[in-house]
Amino acid sequence: MAASRFPVEAGHIMMFARAIADTNPVYYEDSAGSTEVGEVIAPPTFTMASAQFEPDHILRPTKGRPWLGSGREPTGVPRSDGEGGTGLHAEQHFTYHRPLRPGDVLTAETREGERWEKEGKRGGVLTFSEIITDYRDQEGRLVVTSRMVGVQTERAPGEQV
Amino acid sequence: MALSRQDLSVGSVRESVVVDDLTRTQLVMYAGASGDYNPLHTDEVFATQVAGFPGVFAHGMLTMALSGKALTDWVGDGRLRTFGVRFRGQVWPGDTLTTTVTVRALDQVDGEPVADLDVVTTNQAGEVVLSGTASASLDA
Repeated sequence: MAASRFPVEAGHIMMFARAIADTNPVYYEDSAGSTEVGEVIAPPTFTMASAQFEPDHILRPTKGRPWLGSGREPTGVPRSDGEGGTGLHAEQHFTYHRPLRPGDVLTAETREGERWEKEGKRGGVLTFSEIITDYRDQEGRLVVTSRMVGVQTERAPGEQV
Repeated sequence: MALSRQDLSVGSVRESVVVDDLTRTQLVMYAGASGDYNPLHTDEVFATQVAGFPGVFAHGMLTMALSGKALTDWVGDGRLRTFGVRFRGQVWPGDTLTTTVTVRALDQVDGEPVADLDVVTTNQAGEVVLSGTASASLDA
């Protein structure tokens, strides 16, 4: 999971800002000039959109690859019994070195962090794993670090124990 | 407008409604903009029949982004140094979320004034859906 080239674009920032229902003028080209910053910057969670620039991002329908979601069937990737678990986002942490601006071209480099297990409330083991991503700008300077903690459940939420 | 050190004291609180009656279309917009097309968030058939959830629910990162708006609306733009959260509960279409930001400490980091903040987002039932911390640079 890494993007070798993540160009930060004003139109993409606008779409992202709309998607998070944030009308802050600093995210829109026609109004950013009147803000304290004076130009468009990206919202704090914008680096998540680097998923758009990962060539093989698993959560994007791709021609020739069965898709998890529904079409003719409820899923294109049927699972066998006992595989009822779901992957969810448990924690997300960002460290910022400077705001991102249109024109930045970032690279994202990921590495695995720690891994641990916990007994879930509804029974079943929860497996947590960390992924750390360093986003660097076109000059190689670190601009944002992301630490994501994912959790994999053993069973689906409605499944009988 | 960015905050200066004098505008804040430890214990200062600001509460804002960050989404009122979350729509499924907002989830579609977030999927499209972020590139996270996990069908749990936009595909009711998959979410209910395959994954076993009562319906589609919000991306955790949408809840974080909505909560982040409460932060940037208060501390100003481009001021955050850190922002980290735990996702504590699912957010469903129809939910109304309120984010409460509290000043936990006021510090100096590298000679610069910094506010350490607690961030908690709750739904209309008062259940915590997200909690975390942030730090932001202030004007001197």
